[in-house]
Amino acid sequence: MAEPAHSDEPLLKTPLHAEHVALGARMVPFAGYDMPVQYPTGILTEHNWTREHAGLFDVSHMGQAFLVAEDKSHETVARALEALIPADVLNLKPNQQRYSQLLADDGGILDDLMVTRVGAPGHEGWLYLVVNASMKEQDYAHIEARLPKGVSLKRKDELGLMALQGPSAEAVLAKLSPEAAALSFMMSADVQIDGIGCHVSRSGYTGEDGFEISCKAEDAAKLWRALLADPEVKAIGLGARDSLRLEAGLCLYGHDIDPTTSPIEAGLIWSIQKRRREEGGFPGAARVQREIKDGAARVRVGIKPEGRAPAREGSVITTPDGREVGIVTSGGFGPTVNGPVAMGYVAKDVSAVGTDLHLIVRGKPLPAKVAAMPFAPHRYKR
Amino acid sequence: MTTRYTKDHEYIRVEGDAGIVGISDYAQGQLGDVVFVELPSVGKTLSKGDEAAVVESVKAASEVYAPVSGEVVEVNSELEASPGTVNEDPAGRGWFMKIRLTNESELDGLMTEEQYQEFVKSIS
Repeated sequence: MAEPAHSDEPLLKTPLHAEHVALGARMVPFAGYDMPVQYPTGILTEHNWTREHAGLFDVSHMGQAFLVAEDKSHETVARALEALIPADVLNLKPNQQRYSQLLADDGGILDDLMVTRVGAPGHEGWLYLVVNASMKEQDYAHIEARLPKGVSLKRKDELGLMALQGPSAEAVLAKLSPEAAALSFMMSADVQIDGIGCHVSRSGYTGEDGFEISCKAEDAAKLWRALLADPEVKAIGLGARDSLRLEAGLCLYGHDIDPTTSPIEAGLIWSIQKRRREEGGFPGAARVQREIKDGAARVRVGIKPEGRAPAREGSVITTPDGREVGIVTSGGFGPTVNGPVAMGYVAKDVSAVGTDLHLIVRGKPLPAKVAAMPFAPHRYKR
Repeated sequence: MTTRYTKDHEYIRVEGDAGIVGISDYAQGQLGDVVFVELPSVGKTLSKGDEAAVVESVKAASEVYAPVSGEVVEVNSELEASPGTVNEDPAGRGWFMKIRLTNESELDGLMTEEQYQEFVKSIS
């Protein structure tokens, strides 16, 4: 058996690092951080627990920042960000959150991110951003270099972030903060949980109902323990986070989306609101509008291998007669599906659900079919 | 009956002219939940160090290398339906294949149980 590679880079620690170690987590380097890939019960158990109860994830490695307009105008800050992303920021209601992508001038995706219009009193003209851990330095530099005068980026490295996900998440949080538990999907609120000031949004990365909770780093361990004290809640590592999001059909930056893929190829048109599709005015708008009109030459699809063997990232996709038509960008075992699942990019003509494909795994063609995503149904609370 | 280990964490338990090959308890623990095992065909001839099987956890695929040269005379097809057996009982029901050795002296280059436990301590 081959040993995993180790890096000698000094690793950063989240405010919850000691909690993971105390729980017996297996720690691995991820995006420059020493992160829990799994706890002693293992990925399958953690995955299934999240689908059936509630999982608690440390996502403090992600980048949290604010965009702030000096003139305290939402329009000023919204216009500044709309110049970089294709989402409608202008029409966000206070406390509303949207998923979007930072785009390059050619329409390639530089990162994906969450944008929230801050609703706290005295914060008109503030947007809250959450970006990927591995991309935050590039993202912040990219954003800062393009901000107009009067709008500034404030990175908030001193914050912790955790996600509570699963069908029991609402009941668990309701005991600590009825106000947070009453949020609807993609809305947020500033609340007290166990005496800790938190920013809570109803969102996540598992396909389950759930919440993402931001708080000061020094309060993170106390909040983590308060949530874990509920018997419905178990700590979940990055391994299950990946299998959960794959079954939910959600993109992982650097794998399913990157600077070579456009939001339309990636099937993210739902994240570009009508006004932006029509008006453009974001980087790569010409390509995005052309692909909306004419269709993209290749598209991201779900793929279900027919046997038991998983097809991993990088597996070549062919037609049954051997024509190369694409590549797998995420693939593995789906515990809820109880079988292998994958996603990848294929040529438009072989992208219809049900199309027969072959995945080349260890040199052998593995029969597979284009499948509808998500593989496990979303259970968001709308 | 002799059990020998490779530095890649395969074991071979020799009985007569054949050996049962699997992965060590340490290896299954490092892999995590095994969800798929690909076994060689019976009759396949392997040289020491050849890729003999593939074991996949939720996260990744890993190769299992032949600890000795020989012919595959039997495989544990039960693993196809129940790959988790590799985690539950790696030294017993979680075996991968039986190899008829062509060069018994290759065993001399492998680690004894005691040496292997020392080796595991040194890397963990």
